[in-house]
Amino acid sequence: MVHFPSSRVSSTVPASRRAVLSAAVAVAATPVLAGCVTSSGGGNESAGSGAKTADNPLGVPADAGLEVVIFKGGYGDDYAKSAEATYTQKFPKAKVDHKGIQRVGEALQPRFVADTPPDVVDNSGAGRLDLPTLVASGKLADLTELLDAPAYDSPDKKVRDTLLAGVVDDGTFGGKVATLNLTYTVWGMWYSKPLFDKHGWAYPQTWADMLTLCEEIKKAGIAPWTYQGKYPEYINDPMLTMAAKTGGTDLLKSVDNLEPNAWKNAALIGAAEAFAELAGKGYIMAGSEALSHTESQAAWCQGKAALIPCGSWLESEQKGVTPAGFDMVMGTVPSLTTSDKMKVTAIEAASSESFLVPAKAKNKQGGLEYLRILFSKASAKSFAQANSTLPAIAGATEGLSLSPALTSVRDAAEAAGTEAFSYRFRSWYAPLAKAVDDATAELVNKRINAQAWADRVQKAADAVAKDTTVTKYTR
Amino acid sequence: MKHGRYRFIIGALVPALILHALFVLSPYAQAFYLSLTDWTGVAGNAHFVGWGNYARLGGDALFLDALRNNAVMLVAVPVVTIGIGLFLASMLHLGGRRSLHGVRGAAFYKIVYFFPQLLSLAIVAVLWQFVYNPNNGLLNGTLRGVGLGGLARSWLAEPNLALAAVMTVIVWSSVGFYMVLFSAAMDAIPKELYEAAIIDGAGGWSTFRRITLPLVRDNVRVAFVYLGIAALDGFAIVQIMTVGPGGPDGHTEVIGLSLYRNAFTYGKFGYASAMGVTLFFLTLVIAVFALRGGRATDRVEV
Repeated sequence: MVHFPSSRVSSTVPASRRAVLSAAVAVAATPVLAGCVTSSGGGNESAGSGAKTADNPLGVPADAGLEVVIFKGGYGDDYAKSAEATYTQKFPKAKVDHKGIQRVGEALQPRFVADTPPDVVDNSGAGRLDLPTLVASGKLADLTELLDAPAYDSPDKKVRDTLLAGVVDDGTFGGKVATLNLTYTVWGMWYSKPLFDKHGWAYPQTWADMLTLCEEIKKAGIAPWTYQGKYPEYINDPMLTMAAKTGGTDLLKSVDNLEPNAWKNAALIGAAEAFAELAGKGYIMAGSEALSHTESQAAWCQGKAALIPCGSWLESEQKGVTPAGFDMVMGTVPSLTTSDKMKVTAIEAASSESFLVPAKAKNKQGGLEYLRILFSKASAKSFAQANSTLPAIAGATEGLSLSPALTSVRDAAEAAGTEAFSYRFRSWYAPLAKAVDDATAELVNKRINAQAWADRVQKAADAVAKDTTVTKYTR
Repeated sequence: MKHGRYRFIIGALVPALILHALFVLSPYAQAFYLSLTDWTGVAGNAHFVGWGNYARLGGDALFLDALRNNAVMLVAVPVVTIGIGLFLASMLHLGGRRSLHGVRGAAFYKIVYFFPQLLSLAIVAVLWQFVYNPNNGLLNGTLRGVGLGGLARSWLAEPNLALAAVMTVIVWSSVGFYMVLFSAAMDAIPKELYEAAIIDGAGGWSTFRRITLPLVRDNVRVAFVYLGIAALDGFAIVQIMTVGPGGPDGHTEVIGLSLYRNAFTYGKFGYASAMGVTLFFLTLVIAVFALRGGRATDRVEV
């Protein structure tokens, strides 16, 4: 449930007793499919491919049907339907079967086991399929063919050249491009611009200034920070971002590649100490540790706290709660030292809302073509407008009038340039992500210190590195 | 027509048995098999890994946390729930001023206490999450309102309180049912026994200990089995209500949550099946002990 805005939106919907039962049944009942576990017979019969022409570069069989499964979360599924309409316009004989659903994993898992998957899947939201597992099981088609095809509305460019920095990497697992992500998320610290202006506060560039500012905010009777305590990964984001700025790309690599003692790097311990100090000085709103994302974000919107860490989906998530004139904007995480390897403008950014084409899809070429249409500039533009979210396609917001929040996000992405990074361990090694979250929650609640934090996380990383059952990736 | 009768009985039983074998027994059997493999949940094949998954359980810190928490719940939840259930049921029957009658408004209380049973566990968990909210929750709000603000806590985020907070919710949501169960059992006790006891000068407590309790012993034993199984689960409440979930730092982790996370987040269905099989045997052992344990003592017949 990490780093995917839509999953957080939907995580307000709790697992019901029924979900529990179905989980139990699924665990108990999976062996019913054991026939497929040991003998993989049957499965989809491929529709093959048609002739490749300039107009049909992926060689889509014109009369084959197309089954599209979309996660219907915060972004709805209208954008997907309009891409489907374009598809049928182009291939009038093709029958498009659209499914907008939630809990994609539970719905599609049996179909992946039986090798009868749909042609395109938006694998997002809570209860989605675990990507590394799908990749390791060889269930996904390589999207390289699509990336090298001409872009839908600018045929002189390849699809891969229309995407924002890092998008192709985000979908790459072990040298294979397994997914293509539609939205581009930037993480940072959020505040109300008018509130800061009213008090004459300036958003800080260094951590020392941040602490000074926090003292001032506290004096004004407002809690300086709050965070989504029920899901500690939220406060990990600014902390690990600050460490990455200090340690640079080398740190990212050593952490993600599970190198020995990577988590004991001075940059990480420094950032952990900084956050321990933030908590120790009482700059985090009391009670934050037990608040869900909705509760803490609501408290922030009500002006009880001045700053909150979050990704760029925050504006749309807070749509119904934000008072008029609140005008939230995002600031980048301050620098901790003067010798940081990345500039203060560097951002943690990643693409999400993963689209994939199953290897055993009936109409694989059609699935790829559908993604080519969906990732066109025109389609991305209407997505950006409808959802006030930055799409992963370059220039998709050109000519649109954007809210202050989205403007600050776009400006941050532009200012960062190539210094947009993300840790990959979260999606590669879910058990390590859990260990980091738990340790950080202990750290910012003053139950362990920075050194103990590093020791704990390193132990978890070593355990993953040693575990032969986990497929390893490197960057 | 004996022959025809057997044919009829077999004809009636076989379809049900086939369905039972197909949808109940075979998944169980195959979960045992899967627990010996490295199945990922989506792969077309699973490799046999022997007892490897079970060996890993011993080194899995979160799973051990879960075992410890489930053990605590297994002791506390049934004892407290049954204790409160018995207390409420006997107050509704014998708590009135003139013994032999319940407190005034007993019928009304009986319905009110049963209310939580009508709510789905998911709703119960969400409601209690609001109650426990440290800043504007009902619990801290009440404490502050009556001048006990010093007792206000971050109930679900403090390691030494979180599990107790979870157990409170489980007890709250199940006590109504057991109150009704024990009430029904007490209805079946002949009034003459109580009359005789009162004439002999027995007080409320000794009436309860010497008459009521022995006569509802069978129901209490069944309650222990049910509550024991519920205490070994706890998944829904923990998953929805706690921080993490399962937190802070594993202090509310339960076996069901570890199982769910390993299967559906980590894609380790084989390992998760091993947890499921372990849970299955734990439940079985506890049920057997609870049912056998009571049998040794003398039965009281009315």
